[in-house]
Amino acid sequence: MNFRHKHIFLLPGLLVLIGILIFPILFTIRLSLSSWDSFYPGLDFIGVENYVRLFTEDQRFWESFFRLSFLSLTTVFLQYVLGFSLALMVWRDLAFKRFFRVLFLIPMMTTPVIMTVIWKTVFHESLGPVNDFLSLFEITPLWLSDETLAKATVIIVETWQWTPFMFLLLLAGLLSLPEEAFLAASIDGAGPVRKFIYVTFPLMAPISIGAIIIRLIEASKIMDTIYVLTSGGPGTATETSSFYIFIKGLREFQMGYSAALSFTYLVIMIVSLTLIAKVLVRVMIKQD
Amino acid sequence: MQNLYTFLKYGFICIWSMFVVAPFLWALSTSFKDFQSVTSGATYIPWLQFEPTLEGWRVLWRTPANGGVDIVEPYFNSIIVTCSASLISILLGTLAAYALSRFTFKAGFIKNNDITFFFISQRIMPPVVLSIPFFIMLGYLGLLDSLVGLIMVYIVLLMPIAVWIMVDFFNKVPREIDETALIDGCNPYQAFLKVVLPNSIPGMIVAGMFCLIFGWTDFFFAFILTFTEVQLLPVRIVALNSSITPWWSLSASALISVAPLIVVAFIVERFLSKGNLSGALK
Repeated sequence: MNFRHKHIFLLPGLLVLIGILIFPILFTIRLSLSSWDSFYPGLDFIGVENYVRLFTEDQRFWESFFRLSFLSLTTVFLQYVLGFSLALMVWRDLAFKRFFRVLFLIPMMTTPVIMTVIWKTVFHESLGPVNDFLSLFEITPLWLSDETLAKATVIIVETWQWTPFMFLLLLAGLLSLPEEAFLAASIDGAGPVRKFIYVTFPLMAPISIGAIIIRLIEASKIMDTIYVLTSGGPGTATETSSFYIFIKGLREFQMGYSAALSFTYLVIMIVSLTLIAKVLVRVMIKQD
Repeated sequence: MQNLYTFLKYGFICIWSMFVVAPFLWALSTSFKDFQSVTSGATYIPWLQFEPTLEGWRVLWRTPANGGVDIVEPYFNSIIVTCSASLISILLGTLAAYALSRFTFKAGFIKNNDITFFFISQRIMPPVVLSIPFFIMLGYLGLLDSLVGLIMVYIVLLMPIAVWIMVDFFNKVPREIDETALIDGCNPYQAFLKVVLPNSIPGMIVAGMFCLIFGWTDFFFAFILTFTEVQLLPVRIVALNSSITPWWSLSASALISVAPLIVVAFIVERFLSKGNLSGALK
């Protein structure tokens, strides 16, 4: 179907989006070729100097990128496993299943940054309930000032916040599966485990891939949680790429350099997300 | 075997429910405390373990001049920004999604899928990357620290979500519906308005819910692009998180900020259980 006014439907949205974004994107690229900082705020032209510095000297950027990869892959994996299990449990026969569905959705409706402030009080070293409970066993871990535990805290908070999103996408997928496949499996005498391996999981593979990619995109932007919970610390133990760019750009006002960081980061993200999508398709769908 | 499975299932659901509810209960209990009861260690049950007070809640309605926090104005700002940005995004997003789902576009190597990807790929952009150029752009336009500037920025955040959900939704609405309308003598605009739009209301509601969630919960842009004139709720609440944090008013305001979207959770669940969501989300 086609008609000559089709552009009237598409263009308003497209033009608004491009109109708002064209300047920021072009400006970021131009800015990354300048040495704009707090001493010299202006658009001079220094070529690719910022990019040379980024690729040769800046160990901290790459460390923050690997930290981000570690954090987002772990949290998304945890969210997928937990979200899938929860979705399977409230999918069919369960008492009060609609109550539990609502309950499990609630964390994603809350503002991450505000809930993180609450979590910070929960994990408070002397006044929080977690250490109050653990002190019964004579241990009081320093949740936010120990390098490993600070990472663990970030993972716990992120899992709490975003497992519901994974749960929602997967449950919507489960509810749309055709009934016939399960009937056929039952007739063949398959038990619940075999049903899951041979029917549910393969049917859910495309939906799973979509959900994982969406969550990876969102998880890679992790910023609010870290800003409130640890401010990247202790040291740089929880500093992710976004937060490092934030420090360079809006704390130290090295605008030109942070633009170069942003642009490089964006290219890496788009390439790696595309690769991950391809790998996931191959691993999850090829099986049979 | 079956019993063990049931036991494990309910056990897991109970533990997860506790994990979900725990921070809310803690915040509820903390919101009735004062300085004394917060600093004397973790306590949970009012009257039994500490003397409850309403100070944490009262302070939220007082103006800063009277030593209050005043979350009423930021609350309305948040509602205005989120609702207008969501509305515009849904409107433009639905039109664009309909076009992308029904017609073929071709400009050089750019095809429908590429345009859809362009819309959705805006979600990959981390807020930090855009914050500096947005700051400079809005400063140039005189829109820093204003509602209009924030709404503009939020459209960029929300339209990708609307397009993503609506393209999938329209792909599942059978084409025969519009074709029948065209054969019956409607022009394409009438067909869209009278036939397609009424059929796509469930999808639009789902997309709207998601726009509301992501608009309401965003913090970073509001944090960078506003100062004193226009403050959104998350910014005001996080500002409480200073060196001497008033845990009581913090908890009370957190609970108030969460409240409106709990309603959204119920609506999403309704759509989920009726099976309307599965078409809209995939």
